Amino acid sequence: MGRYFLRRLLIAIPSLLGISLVLFTVLALAPGDPFEELATNPNVPAEVRANLRTQFGLDDPVAVRYVRWFSSMTKGDWGFSFVSRVDVDKLILQRLPVTLFVIGSSQLLALLIALPIGVYAATRPYSLFDQVANTFAFIGFSLPTFFTGILFILVFSIQLDWLPFVYRSDIAETGWRWWWEHARQALMPIAVLGLFQGASWTRYVRSAVLDVIRLDYVTTARSKGLGEIAVVVKHVVRNAMIPVVTLVALQMPAIFGGAIVTEQIFRVPGIGSLLISSILANDTPVIMAVTFVLSCLVILFNLLADLLYGWLDPRIAYR
Amino acid sequence: MDEKGLHLLIDEVKQGRVSRRQFIQTMVGLGLTAPLASQMLTYSGVAQAQAKSTYKPTKRGGGGALKVLWWQGATLLNPHFAIGTKDQDGSRIFYEPLAAWDTNGDLVPILAAEIPSTQNGGLSADGKSVTWKLKKNVQWHDGKPFTADDAVFNWEYASDPATASVNIGSYKDVRVEKLDSHTVRVHFQKPAPFWADAFVSTRGMIIPKHLFDAYRGAKSRDAPANLKPVGTGPYKFVDFKPGDMVRGQINTNYHEPNRPYFDTIEMKGGGDAVSAARAVMQTGEFDYAWNVQVEDEILLRMEKDGKGRADITAGGNVEFIQLNPTDPWTEVEGERSHAKTKHPLFTDPAVREAMNLLVDRQAVQDHIYGRTGVATRNFLNNPQRFRSKTVKWEFSVDKANQLLESAGWKRGSDGIRAKDGKKLKLVFQTSINAPRQKTQAVIKQACQKAGIEIEIKAITASVFFSSDVGNLDTYSKFYCDLQMYTTTMTQPDPEIFMDQYVSWLVATKENKWQGRNIARWVNDEYDKAYRAAQSELDPVKRAALFIRMNDLIIESRTVIPVVFRPRVSTVSNKLRAPLSGWDSDFWLLKDWYREA
Repeated sequence: MGRYFLRRLLIAIPSLLGISLVLFTVLALAPGDPFEELATNPNVPAEVRANLRTQFGLDDPVAVRYVRWFSSMTKGDWGFSFVSRVDVDKLILQRLPVTLFVIGSSQLLALLIALPIGVYAATRPYSLFDQVANTFAFIGFSLPTFFTGILFILVFSIQLDWLPFVYRSDIAETGWRWWWEHARQALMPIAVLGLFQGASWTRYVRSAVLDVIRLDYVTTARSKGLGEIAVVVKHVVRNAMIPVVTLVALQMPAIFGGAIVTEQIFRVPGIGSLLISSILANDTPVIMAVTFVLSCLVILFNLLADLLYGWLDPRIAYR
Repeated sequence: MDEKGLHLLIDEVKQGRVSRRQFIQTMVGLGLTAPLASQMLTYSGVAQAQAKSTYKPTKRGGGGALKVLWWQGATLLNPHFAIGTKDQDGSRIFYEPLAAWDTNGDLVPILAAEIPSTQNGGLSADGKSVTWKLKKNVQWHDGKPFTADDAVFNWEYASDPATASVNIGSYKDVRVEKLDSHTVRVHFQKPAPFWADAFVSTRGMIIPKHLFDAYRGAKSRDAPANLKPVGTGPYKFVDFKPGDMVRGQINTNYHEPNRPYFDTIEMKGGGDAVSAARAVMQTGEFDYAWNVQVEDEILLRMEKDGKGRADITAGGNVEFIQLNPTDPWTEVEGERSHAKTKHPLFTDPAVREAMNLLVDRQAVQDHIYGRTGVATRNFLNNPQRFRSKTVKWEFSVDKANQLLESAGWKRGSDGIRAKDGKKLKLVFQTSINAPRQKTQAVIKQACQKAGIEIEIKAITASVFFSSDVGNLDTYSKFYCDLQMYTTTMTQPDPEIFMDQYVSWLVATKENKWQGRNIARWVNDEYDKAYRAAQSELDPVKRAALFIRMNDLIIESRTVIPVVFRPRVSTVSNKLRAPLSGWDSDFWLLKDWYREA
C-alpha cells in the first residue's frame, strides 16, 4: 500500500509538469494582455502599456517566462496578479474560506439529499416514492444552475423579499446576527448548487443500490432473518458505495474550484469568480495558479478515491 | 456663430443681459461641451458661478451604512495605476484631487482653496502657468498635514516613466513648482488653453508623499499603501478584497463641516448590470449601482417598484457610424483599408448623403435605447435640455432614392442599385450587443428600401475592441465598409476627443492600428483647425475652431452620429447623490446623504 501510494505520487509529477506546460503555452498564445483597457484610453500614452509589459516580463519569449514561472513556483512564490498587483497566494487565500463554505455546504446538502432518497427509492423500485423522487431528480438536473439561480432570486428576493441575493463576505454584525445574516445570504447559492448536484447523485445512488440489492448475498442476509435496516445499511449500501465514492471524490476538487456561474449570479466572492475575472482580464499568474492548484487536487483526489476502494472493498488489491 | 458673435455674447453675459446658463446652453447647441463653454467665461473674466450645495445634514455621521454596487469590482486602490473607471472610483473614496468637474462642466474646488482664474491671479496672462492655492488645515487620514509637497510629489511620481502611472500623460509635459507650503504652480511648455488637467478630476487624485516617497519608479509595486490607502477623503480605509469589496469608515477629521453623512461605506463588486439594477430598484439591498447598461424598457419596469430610480447623466459619449473612406477589400502594402486607397462606393458623395438620410435615429432612440441613447446630429454632445433647436437631421427614404437615382445609381432586376458595374452592396460591422444588432437591423431595412444591400456582421466585443494586431476583426483595423461603436469622451475638454480625425493619427499597420483616427478621414482644413486650436489661447477663438471641426466631420458625411449615450446609474429613492457626466461617480461623495 505504501509503495503503491509512493508510485502514484511519483507518476503524478510528470503529469503535473505536462499540465502546467500546456496551460502556460495556451495562455501565452492567447491574444491580449491585462492592460488592454489602457490601449483604448486616449489619455494613456502607448508607452505606459509598453513599459508595464516590460516591467512584468510579458515581452520575453514564452519559454523564458515558463521557466521563470516554474522555478519561482517550486520555491513557493506564486507571483503577483498583473491586474491588482497583489500576491497570488494572498488573493486565493482571501477567496478560499467563502468557496469552501458555500461549495462545501452545497456538496454536503447534495449528499444528504442523494443518499437517503437514492437508497430508499432503490429499496422500493417503481413505488410511488420512487416515481416522485425520479421525477424531481430529472427536473433537478435538467435545470441549469443559472436558471434556478435566477428563478430563486425572482421568487425569494424580489417577490417575497425574504432573502438577500448579493453575497457579502464581510458582514458588519457580531454574535448571532452575524450567523443569521450569513445563513440568510448563503441559503440560495447553497440550495441552487446542492439541489442540482443532489439530483444527479440521487439517480446515481439509486442505480448503484439497485445493482447490488438483487444479488444473492442480500437474499441470504434477509433469509438469515436480519432486519431490513441492517441488510440495507450494512450489506447493500457498503457495496453500492464504491462507484458513488469515486464520483463524490472526483467532485471534491470542484469545492476548491468554486462554481463559476452560480458565484457570478449571487456575487459570491469565491475562487470561481476570481478565475473568471482573471480570464477576462488576461491575468496569467492568477489563472495559472488557480488552474494548477485545481489540477493538483484532481490528481490527489483521484488517488484518494483509489485508496478508498481498497478500504471499502478489501478484494481490490494494490500492486 | 463666428468669433465676433461669441465675443459679443460673452460681453452680454458680463453685463448680465444673458445668464451664464443661457450662454452655456447656446454653446452646447453649437456642439461644444459644457465644461469648455464654462471655461470660456472664466477666461473672459466672468466669475465662476458658485454652485449652491444642496447638502442638508447638519452634523457629521449618523447616517448608517452606504452600500454601493459596482458590477466590476475595484481591483486596485492606487489612482496612479487605475486600469479602468472601477479602480478610479474605488480610489476616489479615499483620495481627492484639487478640483473636480460638476455636471455643468464647472470646476469645483476639493483640496484647492479656490479655482484659479484671471481675477485671482491663478491664471497667467501668457497661458504658460497656473497657480493653485491649496486648502489649509487638511489632514491625511493618519493625521499628517496635507501640503504643497504632496502635490509636487504626485507630479514627480506620475511623470517618472519607471512608475508606469496611467496618469503620466497629464504630468509628463508639465513642471510643478512649490511656491510656499500651500501654493503650487504648474508650468506648461507652451501656452495651454486647457490647463485643468494635472491635479484635476480622476487623474488628479493626490497620494501622500510620506507613504509613497520610498516607493517611486520601479519599486512602486511594493508600497504597502497601494492596498491600504491613506488619503484625505471623507472615508477612511478599512478593508479591501480585490475584485470583491472595498470598505471604508467615516473620517471624523474631514476638512469640510458636517460631512460625511454615512458612518461606513461598502463598495461591492461583481455580477452583472441587470441584477445590480435589481438590487437597488427592486429589493433595496443596495443604495446605488454604477454604470447600469440595461435596456431602458427594463429600467422603466423596475422603477415601478418604487424603491429606486435610474439617474441619467449626460457626458460626451456618442454612438456613431463610420463610412470607410478607404478600400477595405483590397490589400495594399500588407494592409486593407490603407489610407492611400479610395472606397469604391463611398467616393460618390451621393451615396454618403443617402446613407445619412437612411439612418433613422429617432426610431433607434424610441424603440431601442429610450432614455439611454438620445438621437443626435452632433459628434460633440451634452444633456438634452441644452440641445440646440436649430440643429437638424433628417430621415427620408424617398429623398435617398431620388438622390441615388439622379446620381446615376439605377436599380437592377434584384432591386439593388448599381452604377458602372458596381453594386451598392455594403458590409456593416459592430460588436455583439443587443441594442447594436437592433440598430443594424433598422438601418438595413431602410437601406433595402433605397436599393442598398447591407450585410450585417456582429463581432464579439472582446475581439472587436481589442488591440490585437493579429486579428482582422478589430474596430481599429476597420476591414469593412461601415462600422458602429461608441466613442468615449473621458475628459471634458474636446482636444483629446477631436483628435480622432487628424491626419497624423490615422490607424495604419505602421502604428499597429493604434492611431486614434480609425475613421481614416483626412481633411486639410480640419488638420489646420486642430493645430490652431491646440495652441490657441483665446478660448473664444478656440471654441470657434472646435465648432468648425465638428461641422466639417458632420458635413463630410463620413461619420453619422446615431445617439449620444448618457451614463446611467440606479439610485435608491432616498439617497441624494450628486452625479456628474464629466467625472467619477464619487466626485462629490462627501455630499451624499440619505433623506429621512
